[in-house]
Amino acid sequence: MDLRIANLVKAFDRFPALHGVSLDIRSGELLALLGPSGSGKTTLLRLIAGLEFPTSGEIWFGNENASALSVKARNIGFVFQSYALFRHMTVLDNIAFGLRVRPAASRPAEPEIKKRALDLLDLVQLPGIAERFPSQLSGGQRQRVALARALAIEPRVLLLDEPFGALDAQVRRDLRRWLREIHDQTGHTTVFVTHDQEEALELADRVVVMSNGRIEQIGNPDDVYDEPASAFVYGFIGDSSSLPVTVSQGEAVFDDRRLGLRSPNGRDGQAMLCFRPQEVDFVAESDGLAGRVKTVRRVLNVRRAELEIGRARQTVEIDIGNDMEVHRGSALSFRPRRFKLFPLDGAAA
Amino acid sequence: MAGRRGWVPSVRQASAIPGFGLALGYSLTWLSLIVLVPLAVLVFRALELGPGELWRIIGDERTRAALRVSFGLSFLAAIVNAFAGLLVAWVLVRYRFPGRRLLDALVDLPFALPTAVAGIALTALYAPNGWLGAPLARVGIKVAYTQLGIFIALVFIGLPFVVRTLQPVLEDIDHEVEEAAATLGAGRRQTVFQVLLPTIFPAWLTGFALALARAVGEYGSVIFIAGNIPYVSEIAPLLIIIRLEEFNYAGATAIATAMLAISFVLLLIINLLQGWTRRRLGHV
Amino acid sequence: MSKHRDVTQEKPLVQLLLIVAVALFLAIFLVLPLIIVFVEAFRNGFQTYVAALGDPESLAAIRLTLLVAAITVPANLIFGIAASWAIAKFEFPGKSVLNTLIDLPFSVSPVISGLIYVLLFGAQGVLGPWLEVHGIKIIFAVPGIVLATMFVTFPFVARELIPLMQQQGTRDEEMALSLGASGFKTFMQVTLPNIKWGLLYGVLLCNARAMGEFGAVSVVSGHIRGLTNTMPLQVEILYNEYSFAAAFAVASLLAMLALLTLAMKSLLEWRYGAELAARKRRP
Repeated sequence: MDLRIANLVKAFDRFPALHGVSLDIRSGELLALLGPSGSGKTTLLRLIAGLEFPTSGEIWFGNENASALSVKARNIGFVFQSYALFRHMTVLDNIAFGLRVRPAASRPAEPEIKKRALDLLDLVQLPGIAERFPSQLSGGQRQRVALARALAIEPRVLLLDEPFGALDAQVRRDLRRWLREIHDQTGHTTVFVTHDQEEALELADRVVVMSNGRIEQIGNPDDVYDEPASAFVYGFIGDSSSLPVTVSQGEAVFDDRRLGLRSPNGRDGQAMLCFRPQEVDFVAESDGLAGRVKTVRRVLNVRRAELEIGRARQTVEIDIGNDMEVHRGSALSFRPRRFKLFPLDGAAA
Repeated sequence: MAGRRGWVPSVRQASAIPGFGLALGYSLTWLSLIVLVPLAVLVFRALELGPGELWRIIGDERTRAALRVSFGLSFLAAIVNAFAGLLVAWVLVRYRFPGRRLLDALVDLPFALPTAVAGIALTALYAPNGWLGAPLARVGIKVAYTQLGIFIALVFIGLPFVVRTLQPVLEDIDHEVEEAAATLGAGRRQTVFQVLLPTIFPAWLTGFALALARAVGEYGSVIFIAGNIPYVSEIAPLLIIIRLEEFNYAGATAIATAMLAISFVLLLIINLLQGWTRRRLGHV
Repeated sequence: MSKHRDVTQEKPLVQLLLIVAVALFLAIFLVLPLIIVFVEAFRNGFQTYVAALGDPESLAAIRLTLLVAAITVPANLIFGIAASWAIAKFEFPGKSVLNTLIDLPFSVSPVISGLIYVLLFGAQGVLGPWLEVHGIKIIFAVPGIVLATMFVTFPFVARELIPLMQQQGTRDEEMALSLGASGFKTFMQVTLPNIKWGLLYGVLLCNARAMGEFGAVSVVSGHIRGLTNTMPLQVEILYNEYSFAAAFAVASLLAMLALLTLAMKSLLEWRYGAELAARKRRP
């Protein structure tokens, strides 16, 4: 089922949560809505679900305008961060719930309902727990039951709100892999919300990066990582350092010194230089950005130095080799191997 | 007292905070003097009578009738309160409307109002010439001085117990669970009856039990509106008083013992029921 | 604003019906009895109302009610503080038993509450003969009324303080003690301010019950006019001799006390809800 979101605006009382968001979701894809808290990603998800209604804009499910449909009529599956399982029902009854509440005309016979629920339990790799209660399950198990419950109604689209947010790191990693498998098996159009970029990049076919109620970029994980469309995306995905510079005659200038970094579209003015700590070369002091080391710390398998640069004492982070003699107060000079320049007047690079 | 204080320090864990001996000693003494000793006297007198004698006195037809009236009507009133209280609590917790705060405060009225005042007020209201009694009489329903009057009074005083017990659990209902039910296609009625009400069932039982316990022992609110006709509209507490006035201490003791025993059994059953439902819901 | 309603609410029509039904129910069931007390009290005019209250027997009843409350409430207050201090700040075996025992008077019928004192101090009671010999009157006299009222209002302050102090734990007190304060000073300057609203709440409820108690007092009082009648008993006497206006006049005073109690209760809950113990509002 293709989804189309056209100019969605949502304001809570006077507070605008979404500023006119448009998005096309392809049938069968696994799409991530990624962003920090307050970016509007959960609001967007709930609007798609029908748990909230937009202030203006439209949502299309295939050829059907779903904007005015109730949540029941949209036939979506929703998985909450807190699982929201029915505590007084067994796992089986939880999963069967969506089928049992259907009007008599569209309700399968009870044995059929039971069979479908048990099949779903097998699908989510939890055979044998049908008669247990949610309170007897672990967090990871509860989330899988929640997914099975959502899948039982054969939804047009599956929506997950930070589904692994409440789980341990290891369980989170396992479930990520498992979700991808389930998706590949069932082929549902799936949208999930997360603030964890690792999760988004690992799982999704496409990533929608959001900030402050707007979409910053839509692309597959490689696009979003390698070719970030804005300073925000650059900074949000992967490690990054940034430095305000001036672009003059198509070249980046910092503290009145030309850096030898050319701007691709040649627009002059204030800009933000963004680069990744891992992608720097060390050069002589006159050729690059020079500064003094403030701190050195270990980030997994590399060491990362915080550098104070320039008159205004800006700080940037760069990775240094394990065999480099670097400590507090050392002088270092570098030039980014790969970088992006984003004009500070708001236009795209 | 000294003996008790001497015993205490070896039993409790050492704590930096002083005053344990004094506080516990005083509390236990006061508790014993005011509550335990007098209650013990009742138990003692009951045991003195012996089971045979107790049974004979309770077997008296008038006593049986009084116990039936008290417990039967209390049970019915508690049931009505359970449903009315649920509706009241639901509306007060989940809806917003002008005057809600005022209504909410009013729910405590039957609890705060002295029972004698409630008694004469209800009687005046439901008497054949009363504001409510008159229209009801025209339809052929007599309230004051009948069992119906007792019933109304018992519903009156039991209502706050159900409402106040249900309000916190209704407030705690997980919003997302309701949304989940809606996303799965449940209609509003299905969500309420299949998802929400089952989760508040233990609290509902508690409210019911509290209302029942209060109703069984109620005297002041009932004594004016009841006809107090033996065998028909005479409540057990009244019979206790009558026996006392006859200086029939044994009779009074027996009836009191019966009341306490039956209440105890009822509450035990409800407690067990609650434990069972709590386990089902994983509250344990 | 969206024209759609919250998915977790009933249809607006259903909501309206329920609100109206509940409001009507509460109005008829709860408010009418309250109103009728005042209507009947002033039925024969303001002068008669004042005269009824000024009647010597009624005045005696008012005085006795105030006296009983003045003795009972402080006594149960001190007990409440002592019991919650022991239960909340210390660990000892039998704590939950103690808790249950404190709640006992709540589950005993008022009439039985009076009965047990008659069995203890009455003419045929355990101590009856001894009291007779020494000329001490408890039953059918003021001491009996005080005792019965104390039994009935026994748990009120403790029930408020125990969960509150348990919730607050021992940290503040241990801090004060480590800084060198004495036990008494710690209590006065650290504990007391922390519990003051719960304390007030408990005292409020205790007082309302102490002044309004009927069943228990009825058993032990003997109904001696002018001597052993509290206000509720006076209401009963006046009512039984068909002095309805006078009965409702005295009742109106009690009703006003109830309204005052309710108002202060609401105020305390509203302003100091957080400090009024972990459990939410209870009757």
